[in-house]
Amino acid sequence: MNSGLSSLADATSSDAALRRFLHGLPGVDQVGAEQRAAGLGTRSIKTSAKEYAIDLAIRMVDLTTLEGMDTPGKVRALSAKAMRPDPADQTCPHTAAVCVYPDMVGFARETLGSSGVNIAAVATAFPSGRAALDIKLADVQDAVEAGADEIDMVIDRGAFLSGRYLEVFEEIVAVRAACGDAHLKVIFETGELQTYDNVRRVSWLAMMAGAHFIKTSTGKVQPAATLPVTLVMLEAVRDYRDVTGQMVGVKPAGGIRTSKDAIKYLVMVNEVAGPDWLSPDWFRFGASTLLNDLLMQRTKMKTGRYSGPDYFTLD
Amino acid sequence: MAKKVVSTGSTTAKTGSTTVQAGFDYAPAPESRAIVDIKSSYGLFINGEFVDSTGGNSFKTISPSTEEVLAEIAEANDADVDAAVRAARRAYTRVWSKMSGAERGKYLYRIARIIQERAREFAVLESIDNGKPIKESRDVDVPTVAAHFFYYAGWADKLEFSGFGPDPKPLGVAGQIIPWNFPLLMLAWKIAPALACGNTVVLKPAETTPLTALLFAEVCQQADLPPGVVNIVTGAGPTGQAIVSHPDVDKVAFTGSTDVGRAIAKAIAGTEKKVTLELGGKAANIVFEDSPVDQAVEGIVNGIFFNQGHVCCAGSRLLVQESVADEVLERLKRRMATLRVGDPLDKNTDIGAINSAEQLAKIRELSEIGELEGAERWSPPCELPAHGFWFPPTIFTGVTAAHRIAREEIFGPVLSVITFRTPAEAVEKANNTPFGLSAGIWTEKGSRILWMASRLRAGVVWANTFNRFDPTSPFGGYKESGYGREGGRHGLEAYLR
Repeated sequence: MNSGLSSLADATSSDAALRRFLHGLPGVDQVGAEQRAAGLGTRSIKTSAKEYAIDLAIRMVDLTTLEGMDTPGKVRALSAKAMRPDPADQTCPHTAAVCVYPDMVGFARETLGSSGVNIAAVATAFPSGRAALDIKLADVQDAVEAGADEIDMVIDRGAFLSGRYLEVFEEIVAVRAACGDAHLKVIFETGELQTYDNVRRVSWLAMMAGAHFIKTSTGKVQPAATLPVTLVMLEAVRDYRDVTGQMVGVKPAGGIRTSKDAIKYLVMVNEVAGPDWLSPDWFRFGASTLLNDLLMQRTKMKTGRYSGPDYFTLD
Repeated sequence: MAKKVVSTGSTTAKTGSTTVQAGFDYAPAPESRAIVDIKSSYGLFINGEFVDSTGGNSFKTISPSTEEVLAEIAEANDADVDAAVRAARRAYTRVWSKMSGAERGKYLYRIARIIQERAREFAVLESIDNGKPIKESRDVDVPTVAAHFFYYAGWADKLEFSGFGPDPKPLGVAGQIIPWNFPLLMLAWKIAPALACGNTVVLKPAETTPLTALLFAEVCQQADLPPGVVNIVTGAGPTGQAIVSHPDVDKVAFTGSTDVGRAIAKAIAGTEKKVTLELGGKAANIVFEDSPVDQAVEGIVNGIFFNQGHVCCAGSRLLVQESVADEVLERLKRRMATLRVGDPLDKNTDIGAINSAEQLAKIRELSEIGELEGAERWSPPCELPAHGFWFPPTIFTGVTAAHRIAREEIFGPVLSVITFRTPAEAVEKANNTPFGLSAGIWTEKGSRILWMASRLRAGVVWANTFNRFDPTSPFGGYKESGYGREGGRHGLEAYLR
């Protein structure tokens, strides 16, 4: 393990060394990766397995609102929903977190208190990441001071695509330092990085820089999370643990709307990274509408009947 | 590389989640059998009708996953085969050879559409009779069958543009003998091009897997195919011999073992019969150090464990570059541990049953020989069902070219791992086999793919993929893997003069 860590430390000693390391990672064959993801998507998860998966998925949701029109009232409502997703059923677990802009963290905290639902704040000039480093760090500090448990940062995609890997690395290191005790999720915006080779490289870069979680997307760019992109990231965290002994979490975000989709992701977590990742500590869904579909399926499993959408709260 | 798992610390405490439950155990997800209606006995399909065999003999077909008897199947003797060939000849002279290509194409399109409509029925029946997992019969076999009929339907009225002369003619009556590994798919490979070119056929499915061929006979009736254009005679070796040696058969097409292929070649030597043989293989799946390693591992798994390894073009020899051999094997073993072996009708099954007791005995025998010869055997922990014929996914390391498991076709889920140092050595080792059906190359370097492909003596070379089948692509072997090509434009040649 130590030899693995120290060789990784060498890899980040200079821009040239980091480039050599990232470009030395095995390539990803696009056709093969997509075929594998599609194959896992055909798993048929029924009855007891489906009940397990739905409850697990609810516990993994980062219930998200990231709109210009967000208000304290909206965030309070969302927080209440995160604590008690199904008011009619006390056995329904709470979500992992709510995910909001930094200026909304205080309002979320008022509602959530010490309920066990974490507060995640997007920061570093989300979603574009186009700002000076000190502004990004101030953004992070704001969120942490307001009580955020988790920081979802965006990387500088421009720097990554132009090959300035060390710059991206150092920015993540700086943000991680600014996080203090808060956990750091690093958003790649894979819809802009585009190739699976880039996804693999940026995954390693972020893990070496100290990310607790690696996250696909902001939700503001299409395509957002996809199964093959998440596959490549799950392979990366699996391989990173082999080398360093350390686990890093994965968060697909954006575009996951149905229980069926969520279950496909969980199958992939189970079979690619392994069962150790089947926990909200190591896997999250960044989503807003997914939760209600999970609740509808959960109610259907328990009662044998589908209820209309009006039987579930909007937020 | 350390294997010890160290948590990054405080994350668990932070989310405050309760400890995780038992784990993600996939509940049984069986595909329903209700869609298939297996009769207690089946006759022979001759001249558009099901008839009893004149000899009155029959044999049983069983489900290899449960050993349950599925049906009694009529065994065709010489007289039955003769009746089938006469029906085929009559249909050829009176109807099929006179019909325009466009009209023949309509029948083929109709058959293709009916197969699509009845796809689930075919898939379930195939998995019951053959033992292959439903996800393969549903997602690979049956869709590819329909695709073959659609593809050759399109050729039926364009034969003069196929590159085999200005006015190519059919051969006449084709005798076709197919194996048990892809019962319906091999039927499609044989019947679709034969009919498109204007031939009529007498086809014998394998004795362990006749049911989907007999369901296909019903499809021929449903499509109003003129009687005698397709005849299906069931039986074992002697029935096949009767077809091969029948004087009025113009063409023999065979897919199966090299031994039987050799016997067929002898039997027809000196006759006017044309022949295509698609025989065994011992394909090299070659993994270079610059391969996309996760996809290469998938390709290795797909290459040897697809269809329980009952694949003539299976990648049964893994040639892995020595510099990455340990890493590739470690990843392969981890991946193999996730393979789910069991009920073929469960939608989550990756590896089904071995097709017959006989085949299982052969796989066991060769695996034991592998151990005796000093190779190291490994299988992931996996529980096998109590009834039926099962063999766990298995790899042998420490295999050298002198081992029998590196040379003989095992036709089961058994992989022999061999290392190499340079591309030239990989080519030498890959070609050092009496077979030459397929090969796989895994590298991110395009120029190396081309360099290798031009030197590999194999009919199909896959690059960064394996076991991909498409009706537009010709398929066939070098050396003891047979001669002639099936599929694509090339596949027409075997049925035209």
